[in-house]
Amino acid sequence: MITSLTVVLIVFFLFKEGIGVFNKKPIEDGYVVTINKNNPVKNISSESIKDIYDQKITYWNQLGGTPDSIILFRLEDISNYYTDEQIGENFEGLANCINRLVDSLPNIIAFFPEKYLAPDFNGHNLNISKITLSEFLIGKEWFPTAQPVAQLGVMPLILGTLWVSLGAILIALPLGLAAAIFMSEIAKDKVRNIMKPLIELLAGIPSVVYGFFGLVVIVPLIQKTFDLPVGETGLAGSIILAIMALPTIITISEDAMRNTPRAVKEASLALGASKWQTIYKVVIPYSVSGISAGAILGIGRAIGETMAVLMVTGNAAVIPHTILAPVRTIPATIAAELGEAPNGGLHYKALFALGCILFIITLFINLTVGFISNKKKHNNH
Amino acid sequence: MKIKTILIALAISSSGAFAQKIKGSDTVLPLSQKEAENYMKQNKTAKITITGGGSGVGLAALVDGTTDIAMASRKMKMAEKIKLQNAGKAVRETTIAYDALAVIVNPSNKVTQLTREQIEDIYTGKIKNWKEVGGDDITITVYSRETSSGTYEFFKEHVMNNKNYASSVLNMPATGAIIQSISQTKGAVGYVGLAYLEKDVKALKVSYDKGKTYTGPSMETAKSKTYPIIRPLFYYYTASIEKSVKPFVDYVLSAEGQKIVEQVGYVPLSK
Repeated sequence: MITSLTVVLIVFFLFKEGIGVFNKKPIEDGYVVTINKNNPVKNISSESIKDIYDQKITYWNQLGGTPDSIILFRLEDISNYYTDEQIGENFEGLANCINRLVDSLPNIIAFFPEKYLAPDFNGHNLNISKITLSEFLIGKEWFPTAQPVAQLGVMPLILGTLWVSLGAILIALPLGLAAAIFMSEIAKDKVRNIMKPLIELLAGIPSVVYGFFGLVVIVPLIQKTFDLPVGETGLAGSIILAIMALPTIITISEDAMRNTPRAVKEASLALGASKWQTIYKVVIPYSVSGISAGAILGIGRAIGETMAVLMVTGNAAVIPHTILAPVRTIPATIAAELGEAPNGGLHYKALFALGCILFIITLFINLTVGFISNKKKHNNH
Repeated sequence: MKIKTILIALAISSSGAFAQKIKGSDTVLPLSQKEAENYMKQNKTAKITITGGGSGVGLAALVDGTTDIAMASRKMKMAEKIKLQNAGKAVRETTIAYDALAVIVNPSNKVTQLTREQIEDIYTGKIKNWKEVGGDDITITVYSRETSSGTYEFFKEHVMNNKNYASSVLNMPATGAIIQSISQTKGAVGYVGLAYLEKDVKALKVSYDKGKTYTGPSMETAKSKTYPIIRPLFYYYTASIEKSVKPFVDYVLSAEGQKIVEQVGYVPLSK
């Protein structure tokens, strides 16, 4: 009872904080972006504002304005235009200076704190719209701390997470199943008694150690094998996660296989089926719910795993086209950025929203696999 | 139950009047620890607890009043200033030391020096191959710290002229991971604090005057400010408790405290 209440409370808190991101403008709290009032351009998308400040867009006509080059202004540039006396010792003249500057330069775009916005401000204050759900989900750029306008597109992160987890499961599932079959059906007791504790030992290794092992051993190995410029790739993450998910998959599926009644197996053998036929016609169908439980827990571990992935995948927030490129996963992003994000701010809320997405993905996987294994069970009985 | 009460009572009494909490940037953390250790040796009554977590965590704790001093490797942001203002707290800022950032490459790299403009172009993704800056024909792999680290912000403001990093830049969770990756990746470039420089990586000379003079990072060049990529480290505290935190802050700023700064590998304030 208490556990489920706690879970509900955590989920509620997660979603409450996460949904907060859609009430925020992607500009830093307390700042404004303004242009001259005579500028024909009246609205600039947040993506274009970023490109302007990165000097990828340098002429107003790229935004449908005059063919003049854009003059960038940030607060610290004020000393290029006005003297210290004009600004004043405690910046009392600053608002006025900015006002005159924006008024006098028709091609300026200015980014400064709202408190220096003069009451009789003559420029055009750009309206920066709140982040929408589709922008958040489909956006391709993750620059949560970019100034003046943060870019919060989580597409690369979602795809990165899915790529790495999918790769991990593709590696871990066949290996895990093979090991489980070997241990429950083929291996002698002596071998099994040595192997089982060894595999369980794998589960006890801290994930940071896996991460370090990955960084020092697997990353250079991948780089050499595939002759890549960089070894920190999604594949490195998948391999590490596969190793980490193996003990769960093996132990649970093996236990399920061993639970196959002796009578059923012997009946199959008595009917003339070979050992292999017995394994894949009798043992595996009988233990399919156990195997899928092992797979769910394995996937769960892979999707939520943070530290090891953070260390080996390179964390570049680009949409991955191959598993041999650096990727950035959701848990790694949350772990790496939450510590430095200003509390309650846009970045902080965006990380919570990422947590919500992760929660939904895991919930969806659990439900699907649960559904499949239930169905299988019904067919068998 | 009784034991619990006694424990709580003990905890309260031992914290005493001089207990101070310091929280924030992981860059400043080792320095603060060393300073506090020595300070407590001299002042037996003083008690200082230091925790890391990041500049943002420290400043958030300052707003909530759960820490006395916030350590930061970046300047306070506008949003944080406004929050403190709303909480009715006036803030004092003290620069306690400097940290020089070295631009590092794999030791096998032929390139020994870069201008600021070249570094900017590498990090914004305009320059993609080492041959464009006088090296071999190898793709450049760019490493950086996490987007929210103070080091990331500083590098962006100071070296990249406030432009954003290319999204293909690889973000590493810690300085140690950057060094490890650069030492095993031929075309790699990255930046680390001066204190972390070691022989597995090669530090580049940097020019801030379009290639007229190049300076390599070292304690000497950082102290004399001839090395250009250098950033301040801060302590933030509220004015209302200035009296109780001042002795420790003064100790850090004293000649003895600044000596520790150099021992830890940061650059002392020049007098």
